This record gives sequence, structure tokens and C-alpha cells, in this order.
Amino acid sequence: MTRHETAARFSRRAVLKAGGALVVSVGTPIALDTVLGIGQAFAQGTKPPLTPEQLSSYIAVNADGTVSAFFGKMDMGQGLFVAIGQMVAEELDVPFKAVTVIMGDTATSVNQGGASGSTGIQMGGRQMRMAAAEARRVLVEMAAAKLALPADELVVTDGVVHAKTDPSKRASYAGLIGGRYFNVQLDWNKQIGNALYAPGKAKPKDPKDHKIVGQPIARADIAPKVYAQEDFCTDVVLPGMVHGRMIRPALAGSVPVKIDESSIREIPGARVVWENGFLGVVADKEWDAIKAAEKLKVEWSEAKPPFPDQGALYDHIRKAQPRKREIGGKQAGNVDEAFKTAARVVEAEYEWPFQSHACMGPACALVEIKDGAVTCWTGSQKPHFVRNGIAATLGVPIETVRAIWVVGPGSYGRSDADDAAMDAAVLAKAVGRPVRMQYTREQATGWDPKGPASIHRARAAIDAAGQVIAYEFTSKGFSRIDVGTNGSKPPDTLAGQLRGVPLAVNDGFGVPAESYEFANKRMAWETIAPLLERGSPLRSAHLRDPVGPQIHFASESFIDEVAAALSLDPVELRLRHVKDPRDVAVIKAAAEKAGWQARPSPRRDQAGGKATGRGIAYAQRNGTRCAIVAEVDIDRASGQIWARKFTIAHDCGQIINPAGLTHTIEGNIVQGVSRTLWEEVRFDGRAVTSVDWMSYPILDITETPEKIEVVLIDRPELPPTGAGEPAIRPVAAAIANAIFDATGVRLRRVPFSPDRVKEALS
Amino acid sequence: MARLNLDVNGQVHRIDADPDMPLLYALRNDLGLNNPHFGCGLAQCGACTVLVDGQPARSCVRPVAAVAGAKVVTLAGLGTPEKPHPIQKAYVEEQVPQCGYCINGWIMTAAAFLKRNNRPTDAEIREALTGLKCRCGTHMGILRAVKRASEMMG
Repeated sequence: MTRHETAARFSRRAVLKAGGALVVSVGTPIALDTVLGIGQAFAQGTKPPLTPEQLSSYIAVNADGTVSAFFGKMDMGQGLFVAIGQMVAEELDVPFKAVTVIMGDTATSVNQGGASGSTGIQMGGRQMRMAAAEARRVLVEMAAAKLALPADELVVTDGVVHAKTDPSKRASYAGLIGGRYFNVQLDWNKQIGNALYAPGKAKPKDPKDHKIVGQPIARADIAPKVYAQEDFCTDVVLPGMVHGRMIRPALAGSVPVKIDESSIREIPGARVVWENGFLGVVADKEWDAIKAAEKLKVEWSEAKPPFPDQGALYDHIRKAQPRKREIGGKQAGNVDEAFKTAARVVEAEYEWPFQSHACMGPACALVEIKDGAVTCWTGSQKPHFVRNGIAATLGVPIETVRAIWVVGPGSYGRSDADDAAMDAAVLAKAVGRPVRMQYTREQATGWDPKGPASIHRARAAIDAAGQVIAYEFTSKGFSRIDVGTNGSKPPDTLAGQLRGVPLAVNDGFGVPAESYEFANKRMAWETIAPLLERGSPLRSAHLRDPVGPQIHFASESFIDEVAAALSLDPVELRLRHVKDPRDVAVIKAAAEKAGWQARPSPRRDQAGGKATGRGIAYAQRNGTRCAIVAEVDIDRASGQIWARKFTIAHDCGQIINPAGLTHTIEGNIVQGVSRTLWEEVRFDGRAVTSVDWMSYPILDITETPEKIEVVLIDRPELPPTGAGEPAIRPVAAAIANAIFDATGVRLRRVPFSPDRVKEALS
Repeated sequence: MARLNLDVNGQVHRIDADPDMPLLYALRNDLGLNNPHFGCGLAQCGACTVLVDGQPARSCVRPVAAVAGAKVVTLAGLGTPEKPHPIQKAYVEEQVPQCGYCINGWIMTAAAFLKRNNRPTDAEIREALTGLKCRCGTHMGILRAVKRASEMMG
């Protein structure tokens, strides 16, 4: 069983214990006695402050010459840490295996934003690359001084600096600095989170010299998972801890008005923690905590059922007063005037439901408050922000809080993890013992922050010659940031909302990311108020590629509708209007690899119960672009869709690790198929009724594609951009377009569950 | 409370537990076996799967008293890096998991399936694994790994 000491192997402890006795200062002259003074301090266990402008905050060379890379983002299962290790090893000229990437402990890494927006390599990797390059520069300077040779006559091989002409003149990294800390100022841009950037004086390597970057290096964490040797957050055990469970109302918005504690008196160690709408129980044993949560007699307040009937959701969105409207993307011409001159107008509206993170494991977090220090073990993808949230929730100085990320179930946005951490903190403070909070499945699916529901309207003006002269696209939906993208602020957490903190209003949505050029073009989004403001199981937040799948389902379905209206091949219409050369390249590459036959959709040569079709969709995302061809089989009688084959062309600039990238893209597409074919949060007037895997079905292995063909377009000369989200973006539209190609029926509402497909086909 | 003998991974453990408590909590909390995982408590996802007398069982709903006398094998007891079960070896070679939270279900179910049928068709593999959940979407890798394991065993 894991004690927390063992869990802390994720921390820097083992690394730092190997430390030497002197801080190395380069660039800034420091008097010898100062150096010795700092050295003395270090010997007592101190190091340069963990701040973004210190090189030591990112890179350390250990006594044995191995390298620790302290990363303020974390890997949610796509193998990001391998890519980061490759970038660091490359710049430092050490073997890949010499680098250990240590992630997500607020005591050892600065806030680089956590897992966020597919920026792990794009932003986080960029910083680690610059830090490693600076570390190498510094080490070469140190070697130059030691060897009495000019720095430009030195090269580095496997962590050993040596003269180009005489390898016997050498100084190893281990000898130069091993076990001691860098004390080198970086040029920090004063940002934290994703935007943090603190380069040194060094320039990173020319990509043509890369030997480690670009290699398909395997993940070392697979075997420990497969042999049951890796502990998850759920496996952390603290001495003296109690088990916590939360109790949520059956009617959303109601709060406890009376608690009968005698109802759980028989359960050993059971205690109730109740504050306004916040209600939890603890017990010494987990099974007892489960029983206590079930047995506790609670009287709830009357509340007006807050939700419309699910069937009326899209009507509600359509009619609701927009709270905010924003124009986005590249605008052109005068759309309103152009539509007046149109020979014909094509228009359509698309609908996307609330979707749940439905994490594989319900959130778990542990909080210990001891001697004025608060420690949280969390599976949150943003532990640095969890630290802020816990400090605010408990009203303690941030310096007293440490959050340690321990691998949890795959996390794809603002899941339930941050809520669990805050709940654990509130309970730990109330009961005076360390608390392990474990949510239930009902809570994980029914009470997590949801991907927002939305509608999307698109129209195109066509002139008499059949040219598209104007295009307009508008999204309207619940805010993507009704609760924020992390748990740093109490109003963004269930614990904060249920305890009664003042709420914040945050609006955000988005527009399509593409490079279609039309003479007149306008894109906009509108957000509406949440259905229930406080403690809502339908509060909306970031879910993988926040609002990307819904927007591009609509926009890329619509481009196909325009192609069909003009009797044009869908690839041809795209290539007429897509202007970015990298976009053109992915569309062409996907079509070519898929063996795309140019012709308008739908095909009209199929009779009988089965139909087959193909569709294409493409999108950009923060510098990455991808195009997907979907090939689907449809059973007309059952309405069952089999998204049988995908061909994707993916360009995310420089590829750091093609194996990790391919796996990431595959998982992305499969999750996209799931969200397209099955996923929809159900609710009635009173509550969310999607509370398990029966009421929130996802893709089954029997429905998995037969093949996913991945075409990677490597652009070593360009900075790497993200891959964690772009590929999910065009999946729904590619499937919808393939269904249209097969059947001539256009599906404009996700998910394409068998009932809905059957109805549409009849 | 009842005193129960649990035979897990070849070792017999004596615990005092509520006989209705699901096996999962005995494995995790009384025996300190961190696998399997809690995923739903409803036998819907597979994250808690163990073998009971060779058959895959969802430990989150199986009362602990019901397995007294049976032989329970968890992922930790299936194989080791030195002596891996073919499905474990294939999982590593195919680099299947992303987060890995779900793998007990897939690996234990596949291990039991491959024992019955070590030359399965692709369709048989899919059918054998139906109902298990993976949220990261590693399904393509899972199918490749089970196929690869069957080739090692066949």
C-alpha cells in the first residue's frame, strides 16, 4: 500500500538529496564569500527560489550527471513527458535516458499552466527547450573556463564538454555542476501559466542538427501501469486519514435544511460536515463512508425545478437573450449587402448537446493539514491552480499550500478533479484529519462541469454564376467558461458555490478556425445565461477542444452543404476557398491517402439496407491543422453507424515524437467518434439523469473503427504546435458528411445515435 | 463483521469485514493491492476487474463473502516484467494505455478470453471485450495488443 512518502517519489526529493554543496553562479559576478554563503545555505537544504526567472526552476544536473527537468505542466496520458525529455536531452546534448521529467508538484515546478489547450509542447516544451539550451550554454562556458579554451572550440557529447580537436580535453556536466544548482537569471516575460516564457541567452539548436527530437521513443510509464506497479492518485494513503464522500441533492439547486446525524450514529467514525449547500461525510473506513453517505437522513429545501424539458433545450437556446456577442476570426467585405444581391442562399442550423467528461475514474483527492501546512494530492491537470484554489478556499497563505499531481484517470479539460480537491480541503479542515475524497460514478458523470450545449447557424450567398459571394456563421450557446478552466477561484468550484461565495459571470465561446476566403465573411458567437446559476450539474466549462467539436461540426458540415447545393466535389469546394498553404496541404494529403474519388455528394448508386459513404472535414487549431476523411457504413434498418475508417493528415509543425503523436491522434479520433455517435447529457426538469455508463453511453469496442490511417506532415523548420485536441475537431463533421454522402440525409444534431439516425432515414 | 479468508494472487489473507462489502474494497484497503481501480461501483466499466477462479469478475459489486474459498487473481498477480502474461507484453509493445486507469478490465478480460480462444478472429476479439470502457480512446491499440498476444500464444 502506498504511503504518501512513496507517492512523493514523483517529487524532487530523491533528486535533491543528491545535491552538492555549492550554487553555481554564471554571468553575474558574485564574491567568493557570498558564494560560500549560498553554498552553506544549500547544504542546509535551500536552493535558489522556485521562480520563473531562475534556470534552476527547470533544469538540474544531478551528481551522477543525469538531468532532472522540472515541468509545470503534466502528461494526461499522451506521453508528453517523453517529448519534453527529448527536447531537453536534445538541447543539452545528453542521452535521452539521462533525463527525468518531474511534473506537476508545486514544490518543484513553476506554474506553466498545467495540461491546458494542447500547449504541452507548444508552450511548455518551448520553455523547457530554451531552459535546456541555456543550461548547455552555461555549462560550456564553465567548461571553457576550466579547460582554458574558448567556448566556440568546445562541443558536447553525451553530457561531456570537450575540445573539438582534442577529446581528451574534457569536462563532464557531472563534474562541472553535478548535484549543485544553477543560479542563472532568465529573461522572464512576467507571465505565469501557459504564457510563461523565460529564455536565456542561448539559441536553441538548428532543427537540422536534431538527433533525439523526431525519434519515436517509447513511453517508460507503460510497463509500470501494465504490471500494476504504478500508483494513481486514488492509491495514495495518508497516516490517520479518513474517507470522505459528498452528498448532492436529487433536485438541482436545493440545499439541506435539516440533517439527522443519528441516522449514521452506528457507523464507526462517521461525521457530517455541513455548510449551506455543502454536505459531506467522513468515516474511518471507505466502506463505512459509502454507507454513511447513503444512510444519512437529509431534508432538502424546496426549489423550483431549474431545467427545461430536455426536448426543449435547443428552443431555449434559440430564444434566450444573448448575454454577450462577439465577432471573431477574419472578417471581410459587407455580408449584409452581399446577401441582398444573392441569386440563392444556402442556410442551415446545427445542434450540439451538453457533454460530460465522464472521466474513467470519478475524481479523487487527498488533503492533509498539518502544522500549518496544507498538502493536496490531486489528479487535476492543473495542480498549480489547485494550490491557489485551496489557499483561497481555506483562507490560508498560498506559501503554506503544496499541491502534488499524482496520475489520475485521463483528464480532458475542466473535469471534476478540481472540485474534489476543494471538497477534500473543506472536509480536512472541518474534521481535523487528512481526508481522502472519492467521488461516485453518479457524481463523476452527473455533477462534473459540462461541455456546453449550443446551436450554430450558417448561411452562404451564391451568385448567378454559382460562386459563393458571402458567408456568415454564428454560434449561440452556454458559456465555455461558466465555471473557469481551473479550480483556482472558489466561485469556479462546487465547494465555493455550495458554501455560498459570490458568483462571477464569465462568457466565452468561439468561431471556426479555418482559412476559407470569401469576398464577404462574418463569424460571431453569442452566449446565454446558465440554466441554474449556483451549484448546477449543468454548469459549463472546458471539455477537450473546448467548443471546437461543436463549432466545426457545424461549419464543416455547412461547407459540405454548400458543395452539395452547387453539385461540387467537397474537396474541390474547399480547395477553391481555403487559402493557407498548410491547410491546402493537409486537405490534399488526406484526400490522396484515402483514395478520394472526386464527385459531388451524395452518391446515388446504393440501394438496399446498407449504405456506405465518405466525407471530409478540416480545421485549424492554434497553429495545428488537420483534415480527416471518414468512411462510414450505415445500417438503414437499425440506424447503426459504423465509422469504419479514418484517414487523417496532421500538421503540427515540428514533430517531436511521431509515435506519441500518432497514438495521441488515434485516441483523439476515437474519443471524437464517441462524442459524435453517442454522447449526450440527459436531464429532466429536476436534475441531470446521465449518471452512469448506461445513461451516458460512450463508444463500445465493437464499434471501434477498423482502421485509422495517420499521415504526419513534419515541418522541422516550424515551431511545434499542439496535438492533444486538433484531431477531435473535424471528426463529427467528417462523419456527418459521410452519412450524407451515403444516404443523402443531412444530420444536423449530435449525437448520431441509432434511434436518431433511423428516424432521419425514414 | 465476519472473519474471511481471501486467496489472492496465491496468498491467503485473513480479514475482518462486512460480508456485503464489495471485494474491491477488501483488495484495495485491507490487502493494499492498488489495482484494481474504482471506476463505477456498478459493474459497468471494468476498471475493477479481477479473475475469480479464472473468470473475469467485477470486484466492485461482488460481495467479499462470495469469493471466500475462491482463487482471486488481480493484475498484479497476472504476470511480472520478468514473467509477463502475453497480453501484458503485448500491451507494452503496442504502447496501449494513455492514462491506464481502465486497463484491469481489458487485460484481465482478454487474458481469460485468450485462454479459451488463442486464435481469435478480429470480430471475436471485439465481442469478447464488449462493454468495457476506455475514456482515452485507446481502442485501436487494445485491439492490436490482443491480436498480438494471441499470436504469441497461438
